[in-house]
Amino acid sequence: MLFWIQAFVKIALIVGVLVNMAAILLWVERKQSAMMQDRVGPNRAAIAVFGKRFRLAGLVHSIADGIKMVWKEDWEPKTGDKLLYRLAPIVALVPPLCLFAVIPFGPTLYIDHAREMFSPAWATEATARTVPLQITNLDVGVLFIFAVAGAGIIGSALAGWASDNKFSLMGGLRAASQMVSYEVAMGLSLVGAFMIYQTVRLDEMVAWQQEHTWGIFVQPLGFVLFAVSAIAETKRVPFDVPEGESELVAGYFTEYAGLKFGMFASGELVEVCTSSAILVTIFLGGWHMPFFTDRGLEFIFRGASAVSPEVAAQFVASHTMTPGFDASQGVTTASLLQHCANAFASVNGSFVWHWPHWAVVVVGLGNFVLKAAFLIFMQLQIRWTLPRFRYDQIMKLGWQMLLPAALVNVLVTGTAILFFNGPSGG
Amino acid sequence: MTATTKIIRKPARTLADQSYLLEVVKGLGVTLKHFFKGTAQLVSGNRPDPVKEPYAEGVATIEYPDEKRPYARRWRGVHRLTHREDGSPRCVACLCCSTACPAQCIYIKPAEYPLDDARRGYERYPEEFVIDELRCIFCGFCVEACPCDAIRMDTGLHMTALDNRASFIFDKAMLMSFPSQDNTFLSENPRHEPGDESHPGIDRVRGGH
Repeated sequence: MLFWIQAFVKIALIVGVLVNMAAILLWVERKQSAMMQDRVGPNRAAIAVFGKRFRLAGLVHSIADGIKMVWKEDWEPKTGDKLLYRLAPIVALVPPLCLFAVIPFGPTLYIDHAREMFSPAWATEATARTVPLQITNLDVGVLFIFAVAGAGIIGSALAGWASDNKFSLMGGLRAASQMVSYEVAMGLSLVGAFMIYQTVRLDEMVAWQQEHTWGIFVQPLGFVLFAVSAIAETKRVPFDVPEGESELVAGYFTEYAGLKFGMFASGELVEVCTSSAILVTIFLGGWHMPFFTDRGLEFIFRGASAVSPEVAAQFVASHTMTPGFDASQGVTTASLLQHCANAFASVNGSFVWHWPHWAVVVVGLGNFVLKAAFLIFMQLQIRWTLPRFRYDQIMKLGWQMLLPAALVNVLVTGTAILFFNGPSGG
Repeated sequence: MTATTKIIRKPARTLADQSYLLEVVKGLGVTLKHFFKGTAQLVSGNRPDPVKEPYAEGVATIEYPDEKRPYARRWRGVHRLTHREDGSPRCVACLCCSTACPAQCIYIKPAEYPLDDARRGYERYPEEFVIDELRCIFCGFCVEACPCDAIRMDTGLHMTALDNRASFIFDKAMLMSFPSQDNTFLSENPRHEPGDESHPGIDRVRGGH
């Protein structure tokens, strides 16, 4: 029962956040580009509440856009393929939403112990009720991402075909060829990471990075290659030849209006979110941050031994038995936090600051969100900085630069692993 | 004589340029600099006034209906009829402007002052003063022709879009209701009423002897 509840809650949460993120990113994109170009950006639309007009720095424009899209005439090309035409926006929007299913966005939550200090014993408890902050934990992990991201091609290709418009068809062709090309580089750029992590499961990748170091430090080339391919997959500037408004009107969604167009547009923005989330998970340590462990912050000086769970437990116990703390009054989160702050002390030459379990989960979640937000910001920055590539340049970059570079990355990674770990492997 | 040729080669692109990655980072540096500067200005509300400092660094947008860049002083906008000190129009209904008007868009109905008025016989006043602003070509000849500086085009207003032709026919009251860009109804050229002490010499009140 808990499984189903938590699955529905997590799915609703993720889909809700992502769809709303599309609206927010619309605002971010407009405002950010305005800031970059020494403009003011959108700020006119307002909501009137009791005669007072709230402009919310232009955020209302996103709402106005939504209302506009809903009320627009839902025009369809008369000679096109009706079924495929209606299917295409759905196929374009759903895969980016599905991608998030396998991404771990926070540490595992032990709901029975949320207010306590972390104990590794929970993980082995048969009765422990756990909520992994990940919709589903597939063994195929990243391969699922490749498969579903690949399905995104179908949406734009269908739209291009079903619109019965030459511009749309050209756009659909370009989208299909570009995405197929970059899928190859994208897949190969992660092989080095698989070799190091020795897994394709995303939660294990995060665990590896928590234990060792962030993926970007062991796979810098892989990070760049994957980032470039991911931006190309989103079909946005500088890789927006499928849209190519200077040549193809609007490319594969030329014939779309209203909410169907909105689904393409928000699909693009959701893709920005998911590709950032994937980059964070694989290369930037997921919800991990330096000195952040299951228990809180632990900074171990070189030469000092790590704090064992027993010491930590003792440590917390000693602080919870101080005069100000009365266990009979119930453990309130505020009192626990207070006592943990007191526990910020030096143990065995190390800084240790343990938090209750819920705080660890919240901070982990925050880490993930902040890192993803940073990458989204950088993606938008790149989108508004670079001019569009020519079609042949995109193909050349994909097949002649990224693909060989990804292969070299695999070779170098394999050599390095053999060198450091010997022929038997890690 | 042999022609000398100077061969200009395309500037060589270095490997760093070719790789594009470094150039992308440089470009991002430029845009990020602008982004943070603009954001800081807008968030703090401490941005250069785009009207007064149009060439200052930073956000340069003039938010038009709220902020306006003033027109040049010689810019010809909607006409106004200047006032005397007592609020009556300076126009003496000499019909110079309507005569000079190439578009013939000015109609003046002159009227005499009452018999007992000192100005009777010297000046008239416009009982009606109508300009068809749709027909006007904004050449400024009326302003040049006026001997009394009674009609000016220094309101700084451009013609707004009204929704019917009748609205563009401005009568005397309307023309007198526009101030200049400096927000005055008077003119920069002072008018000396007859008998003004600051204006010595002959005039029609003091006589010539």
